[in-house]
Amino acid sequence: MPIEVYLNQIASGALTGLIYGLSALGLSVIFGVCKIVNFAHGEMMVIAMYAALLAFQWFGLDPLVSIPLVCALLFAAGYALQAGLINRLIDVPDHMQFILLAAIAIAMVSGCLMIFGPNAQNVQLDYAYDSYEIGPLLLDKVRVLAGIAAISVAGLLAAFFRWTWIGKAICACGDNIVGARVTGLNVKHLFALAFGLGSVCIGAAGCILLLLVDVQPFLAVEYTLLAFVVVIVGGLGSLTGALLAGVLIGVSEALAGLFIQPSLKSMFSFGLLILVLLFRPQGLVGKRA
Amino acid sequence: MLTVEKLDLYYGDAQALDGVSLEIPEKAIVAIVGANGAGKSSLIRSIAGMETPARGRIVFEGKDIAGRPSHEVAALGIGQVAEGRQIFPTMSVADNLDLGAISAAAKAKAAESLAYVYDRFPRLAERKRQAAGTLSGGEQQMLAIGRCLMGRPKLIMFDEPSLGLAPALVQEVFRVIKRLHDEGLTIVLVEQNVAVSLKLAQRAYVLETGRIVISGTGDELLHDDRVRQAYLGL
Repeated sequence: MPIEVYLNQIASGALTGLIYGLSALGLSVIFGVCKIVNFAHGEMMVIAMYAALLAFQWFGLDPLVSIPLVCALLFAAGYALQAGLINRLIDVPDHMQFILLAAIAIAMVSGCLMIFGPNAQNVQLDYAYDSYEIGPLLLDKVRVLAGIAAISVAGLLAAFFRWTWIGKAICACGDNIVGARVTGLNVKHLFALAFGLGSVCIGAAGCILLLLVDVQPFLAVEYTLLAFVVVIVGGLGSLTGALLAGVLIGVSEALAGLFIQPSLKSMFSFGLLILVLLFRPQGLVGKRA
Repeated sequence: MLTVEKLDLYYGDAQALDGVSLEIPEKAIVAIVGANGAGKSSLIRSIAGMETPARGRIVFEGKDIAGRPSHEVAALGIGQVAEGRQIFPTMSVADNLDLGAISAAAKAKAAESLAYVYDRFPRLAERKRQAAGTLSGGEQQMLAIGRCLMGRPKLIMFDEPSLGLAPALVQEVFRVIKRLHDEGLTIVLVEQNVAVSLKLAQRAYVLETGRIVISGTGDELLHDDRVRQAYLGL
């Protein structure tokens, strides 16, 4: 095969990987601050995809245009979930929280099945088959837009955590929860905000993913696992780590599809996961605990 | 300024505070003395709103604050320098200080407070971009005090501020506390260094297994035989 084929495949894998990274960022923010393992991660993403699908079907909105709407919806849902339910269970043992979130996940998938049915649905965009020629590369327009959107949302989030008082206060809760309490930070409110912001990442990733993937309820489980893989490979709590690992997984999936079979792509992401766990358990960018 | 009346606190079935009553007059230094597990930290945590007492009142400037959440108590003007310093280790010194300005009033005066803190603790100004976790123990203690001051408190509760510090730094911490008091702040001091804290304090209370067993002026307690035997080793 000519070299361009590989390059193209790597580039499109990297662009898809940025979406994986953005999605995993949602998991990472929620775990990093609230210490909650969000087992409903992929389920929330599928709900975001359906929300973007409805916006397209009813109002003809491009999923990229509906990102702010879907993110607002997911933020409200995430905030409410943490403030109304999970905050009450902060002091219970971890496995009870796991069961709560796993139950929420199951309810979400079942809800999607009841409302939307099991069939895959997608959006038909008039630029779906356009592409950009950059040197030897021929990139799908949707993938390029998806990558740009993912980086923009991740960048906005990073700026928020870095430069705003409330963003720093959220980070402080993850850094030292006792310190946050003695300083007088409103920890429960900040936890809920963190869950909301993590959900914003999930919402944005869901909208963007809808450009590339047909949505059906059972995608959820796959994307929950994928987000775990990305976060562990990249290193928990690291924003750049999540994006980098997302790209790595995206590229490995793309090349696996090219060299072997697309259906075997997960084998490579899990292989990568095992290698990282064996040789660099803190993740590529993560700090040693 | 702050009155605690008949406070009872339980952790599950274990009673940590048993009918504790005390009085913190405005602009005083009040020392609380006691062995490990006597309930000193439980008392501070109850006042700060981090524990919910079963019974009793905590009245601050005429308002009963018992059971109110910690962020509300902090906003009313009760600051806390906790045991173990509890800074935010991966965040910069400047961000740590910034986060101390909790209430709207404190945020409005943040620039002024920051200039004051940097003036008082020049080492923090030198290291403002450094991650707080890389500071020495003494510098971290100054940072914890500075962060508390950023909240513009009227009353500061110090929990074991000298714990784990070298002797020269211990003196420095006490100098800082004395100076804050001279500037008009009310201070609650929980210290293992009983002699020094009794010398500083106008009022002092001895806690034993959750009860106040002795109280008086700092000087009285310093010369009380029971205190001398149990806490001063004399």
